[in-house]
Amino acid sequence: MVERAGTGVLTAERAGPTARVEEHHAPRSFLGRYVFSTDHKVIGLQYLLTAMLMALVGGALAVMIRYQLAWPEKTVVTPETYLALVTMHGTIMVFFVVSLALVSGFGNFLIPLHIGARDMAYPFLNMLSFWTVVPGCLLMLAAFFVEGGAAAAGWTAYPPLSALKEAVPGSGLGQTLWLLAMALFIASFTMGGLNYITTILNCRAKGMTLMRMPLTVWMFFVSAVLGVLAFPPLTAAALMLLGDRHLGTSFFLPGGLVFGEEVLAHEGGTPLLFQHLFWFLGHPEVYVIVLPAIGIAFDVIATHARRPPFGYRISVYATLLIAFLSMIVWGHHMYVSGMNPLVGEYFSIATVSITAPFSVLGINLIGSLWRGQIRFTTPMYFALGIISVIGTGGLGGLYLGTSTTDVYFHDSYFVVGHFHLMIGVVTLMGTFAGCYQWFPKMFGRLMNERLGKLHFWLTFVPMMAVFVLMHYQGLSGMLRRYYDHSLFEFQTAGRALNKPITYFALLAVGGQLVFLVNFFWSARRGVRASENPWEGASMEWNTASPAPHGNFGPEDPVARRGPYEYAPQDSHQEYLPQWTA
Amino acid sequence: MSTSLAPAPALSTHESPFYSVEWRKLMMWLFLVTDALLFAGFLGGYAFCRLASDRPWPDRAQVFDLNFITVMTFALITSSTTMASAVLAARNGRLRTARSFLLVTALIGLAFLGMQAYEWTHFIQAGARLDSNPWGVPGFSSYFFLITGFHGTHVLIGVLVLLLTAARSLARPNADEMVEVVGLYWHFVDLVWVFVFGCFYLV
Repeated sequence: MVERAGTGVLTAERAGPTARVEEHHAPRSFLGRYVFSTDHKVIGLQYLLTAMLMALVGGALAVMIRYQLAWPEKTVVTPETYLALVTMHGTIMVFFVVSLALVSGFGNFLIPLHIGARDMAYPFLNMLSFWTVVPGCLLMLAAFFVEGGAAAAGWTAYPPLSALKEAVPGSGLGQTLWLLAMALFIASFTMGGLNYITTILNCRAKGMTLMRMPLTVWMFFVSAVLGVLAFPPLTAAALMLLGDRHLGTSFFLPGGLVFGEEVLAHEGGTPLLFQHLFWFLGHPEVYVIVLPAIGIAFDVIATHARRPPFGYRISVYATLLIAFLSMIVWGHHMYVSGMNPLVGEYFSIATVSITAPFSVLGINLIGSLWRGQIRFTTPMYFALGIISVIGTGGLGGLYLGTSTTDVYFHDSYFVVGHFHLMIGVVTLMGTFAGCYQWFPKMFGRLMNERLGKLHFWLTFVPMMAVFVLMHYQGLSGMLRRYYDHSLFEFQTAGRALNKPITYFALLAVGGQLVFLVNFFWSARRGVRASENPWEGASMEWNTASPAPHGNFGPEDPVARRGPYEYAPQDSHQEYLPQWTA
Repeated sequence: MSTSLAPAPALSTHESPFYSVEWRKLMMWLFLVTDALLFAGFLGGYAFCRLASDRPWPDRAQVFDLNFITVMTFALITSSTTMASAVLAARNGRLRTARSFLLVTALIGLAFLGMQAYEWTHFIQAGARLDSNPWGVPGFSSYFFLITGFHGTHVLIGVLVLLLTAARSLARPNADEMVEVVGLYWHFVDLVWVFVFGCFYLV
């Protein structure tokens, strides 16, 4: 094997006469195969492509935001439109890009392949969940074209901006569409989550014990459990918000609100309640999308460093602990909303304690490189990038989790930089690592390595520059969601960084075009991949590239060992695939 | 397309306790968890509003006819026993008995809905509205309509599913499992009522 280490894996290998076992009930019509498909791989790709389209919109919004910040004197947008831009950028990116691509897309694509199942537990429900989110996307986009424009209450949709139809232009029909789109998204995501949990618990191949699942599957499992637990209270909040908007209730509206000259009739509610319900979802949602990225990093690193991940079991337990803690720390988003200092103390301690299990994951990722035979492929670049970004982003989190420092940093660019690193860059790089790694199973070809590495550098460097610089802006006291910082004396210190950040942001957005070109070009013209181009040991490599309908041959696959038997000590083989006797 | 409605073939092994759990049952349990959290969100909001209220909360004895509510509650809890009997009968293969118990359960569910409609009518005639009420804090009636309405919708869906099961599913294979899954839902709806009852009529 030794002579194959290095570049050997990337040479073009013909797929050969691999028998593509199509099950006899594989759909034949175009609609059945590509549109209303119940095949988890097709659905996964549908999600991925939908997310790509939404990412184009989200990216364009980011460019407009950065343009406005760098050249406020040109006033390309009005202040109201600027608020709508940040609102829609946040909503689209968190829910309709990252959640769709990583959790819905890769979750669907990878879970059955990884656990040796022929499909999800409920294929029809799976299709239904995709076709529920599509109208959600359309409604979200439609909000740009209605009177008053898109929602402008922030991606958190805090009342009263979101509860009073007349508050700002975007609070009208735009906000209603926002809520409806989110309702469809939540319905779709919950269906997906239920399906993931059932599939992972119930449809594993013979011999695939829980502790023989790849870490990616563990992370998808924990993420699905978190999603299923965290979204319902947000649904409750959304229903109550609709009541406040359209039925005259006052769940979130206190008495004595004045609008224009008149005192509003609402009384007895409190906007704080919405914040609690929102962040009860909002904080676990961070882990819902970050954990799968870390799982993918573990699998990619194991494959390309040719050794089992460091501390598999510890990583699983740490993840479960993170999941538990993430559900009881939502209050750290609300330190300045008014909170008993004692409660703030509790939320600080609980939040900072997440650092411990999270560091375990980070250290295990680094440990997984130790004495490995690292092959520097594109997916590996992205996996290594994830380690770096988790470290940088995680450090910022310490300051934001503690109420003493967060009171100063709250709503500043420090926060913007921090969460973009964690739920923006980490998750995007996880998605990219996944694309490069499992592209053979999608299209039977490899993505172009040169373009892939160019894409990595154009992603990693500019994005780090943008968001690390934003931390400094936050330290200087610059606040988020301001349309023109030059209007305020106290916010002038960090303004000099606005232009450089915008240049880096443009570079980062441009870098993603390289990915799009590579993706669609390689899907048609890329180098043909063998069944197992990366010499991976986990179950998904035990099938043709691309994986056929029904995933595996006529025989049901059997897991005979763990998924990471690289460099086994008691064997002459370089790696022992999970499925061989 | 009709073939894809059924779950994909199971790959049976017995290394995990979950393999022995039937899929529909597992999905129902998971759904109930999400639904429980939805109710928790509403009831949590209610508690938050009530604790944060700067005006005294309306006196329940003055507003509600507690005896009537007790009858409602008793009826719904009784339906849990008839539901359990249906599950038992279906499991023992006595499908006709199971069908009658399902129908009785649905009937009690309908009676509960009727009583709730009567109570709502009464409440509305007394002046309660979604956004205000004559007894003070508007949140009192807002949450009342929201939560009991949401629960009533669950009962209504439950009644429809019970009737559907009685009419169609008993002829199919695995009828006992279907009845059991419906039973889980029905017991859950009853259990939620206990919390709703406690929050609005007792505390």
